[in-house]
Amino acid sequence: MCGIVGLFLKDKALEPKLGEMLTDMLITMTDRGPDSAGIAIYGNDADQNAKLTVQSDNADSDFATLAADLGIVLGTTVELNRRDTHAVLEMPADKTAAARQAVTELRPGLRVMSEGDTIEIYKEVGLPQDVANRFGVSNMSGTHGIGHTRMATESAVTTEGAHPFSTAPDQCLVHNGSLSNHNSLRRKLVRDGVRIESMNDTEVGAAYLTWKMQNGSTLGEALEGSLQDLDGFFTFVVGTKDGFGVVRDPIACKPAVMAETDQYVAFGSEYRALVNLPGIDDAKVWEPEPATVYFWNH
Amino acid sequence: MTPKSGNLSPQPYISGTIDMQTFDLEAEGLRALNTALHAQNDTTNQTAWEVINPKGSHAIAVGLDAPIEVTVKGSTGYYCGGMNQQATINVHGSVGPGVAENMMSGTVVIEGDASQYAGATGHGGLLVIKGNASSRCGISMKGIDIVVHGNIGHMSAFMAQAGSLVVCGDAGDALGDSCYEAKLFVRGSVKSLGADCIEKEMRPEHIELLKDLLERAGADAKPEEFKRYGSARQLYNFDVDNAAAY
Repeated sequence: MCGIVGLFLKDKALEPKLGEMLTDMLITMTDRGPDSAGIAIYGNDADQNAKLTVQSDNADSDFATLAADLGIVLGTTVELNRRDTHAVLEMPADKTAAARQAVTELRPGLRVMSEGDTIEIYKEVGLPQDVANRFGVSNMSGTHGIGHTRMATESAVTTEGAHPFSTAPDQCLVHNGSLSNHNSLRRKLVRDGVRIESMNDTEVGAAYLTWKMQNGSTLGEALEGSLQDLDGFFTFVVGTKDGFGVVRDPIACKPAVMAETDQYVAFGSEYRALVNLPGIDDAKVWEPEPATVYFWNH
Repeated sequence: MTPKSGNLSPQPYISGTIDMQTFDLEAEGLRALNTALHAQNDTTNQTAWEVINPKGSHAIAVGLDAPIEVTVKGSTGYYCGGMNQQATINVHGSVGPGVAENMMSGTVVIEGDASQYAGATGHGGLLVIKGNASSRCGISMKGIDIVVHGNIGHMSAFMAQAGSLVVCGDAGDALGDSCYEAKLFVRGSVKSLGADCIEKEMRPEHIELLKDLLERAGADAKPEEFKRYGSARQLYNFDVDNAAAY
């Protein structure tokens, strides 16, 4: 199972409501994935700054003086905005690579969820309603976002097994399905220097796309490549800083529905997830074709 | 003046066929809907039902067994009209996976598109899809007739045993893979035929059959424009020459 929702806004007037619309879509997909839930939200670009989203099981102690401690190591000002078990660390864009290393040294229990100019990822174990409430997803704004409700198959029900997965700045992936060649592909990618942090199959999918793009592929080409190199079932939704893409494996047994209006492009594992979107009755609604890459860009 | 005794007491009000029973699915819930529809029998006079606010819900009008007409005003999720007997179900929208799955008799008409495995394992009745159907349409069909006004996706009529699948548009990859005696008619292109599926001669009885199905499905197409496909019957029995493959 698993449920996926995605929303790419064309109409800027809807941006303040992105979190609210995504939350409604996510909760509708609870019975496809009640184990865990997560969301990647692409907020507004903070000029010269970039963001690192981190998670901790001991957030009170880990986050208490983190901004100051990190600021000293990096020699700059770091701003910390906490949302439950997650915190977004904002700093000059050229400091994120050093910060990524520094946070795990300063706080060994910390997990980096995402890194980039606009992306923030929040994910935890629990019902989607509870997860969305903990992070206050409904009051988030942004240009596009992707959510996932998980029914675990390939790895344990843990925070790090929840989706979305991010393996490169401002990129993320969510997945409905299961990959059967993820162990061999993980070994190959790790040998090539790709960082993979969990035993989850989807993270390997995300890392594969990152690896393809690092080797000169466009996102579209990387998604095309996944049709050849990934074995198993998948409906993928990917996010980049300014775009949103969808691809399904050639068998296409994992469901997918898309809707497009002048205001947005929306994705749902089922039509149910889309029914409360504005103007849905007049939207173009279709099922994405198997083995076909769809992509929208700002 | 005192009324005479006899037949003067008012007749109980009977809601006749002209009365539409309107059911708000969002307000009353799926179980209440299907319970109300299951309560109808051969002699019911509540023969016209309208379901509003379906909002993509699953299992709408499943397991009906009465000569009633149900109109769903909007799109549905999984398994709409599954296991139908006798009833006529119209969906004014699109349907999710498994519409009319295992239908026994009656008619299901979809105004929009259908997702995967439409009419799967159906034993009888007529399924009409006025838009497109996606993958695995008519998989393992066992006597149902399916007419798709648009296109169908890959692996359609896989292991189809009996009945007819009529496609006014194009068919995707691997049509009729490992099929038995189902009759497949396609007007447009076929991306590829599945194992043991071949094009077959269109004889007068097939034209007659197709004419009737197209008429009943309200499809504007001429039987002569279609090609017929079916089983080459080479996979029916174990062939000793293939022993090494097992």
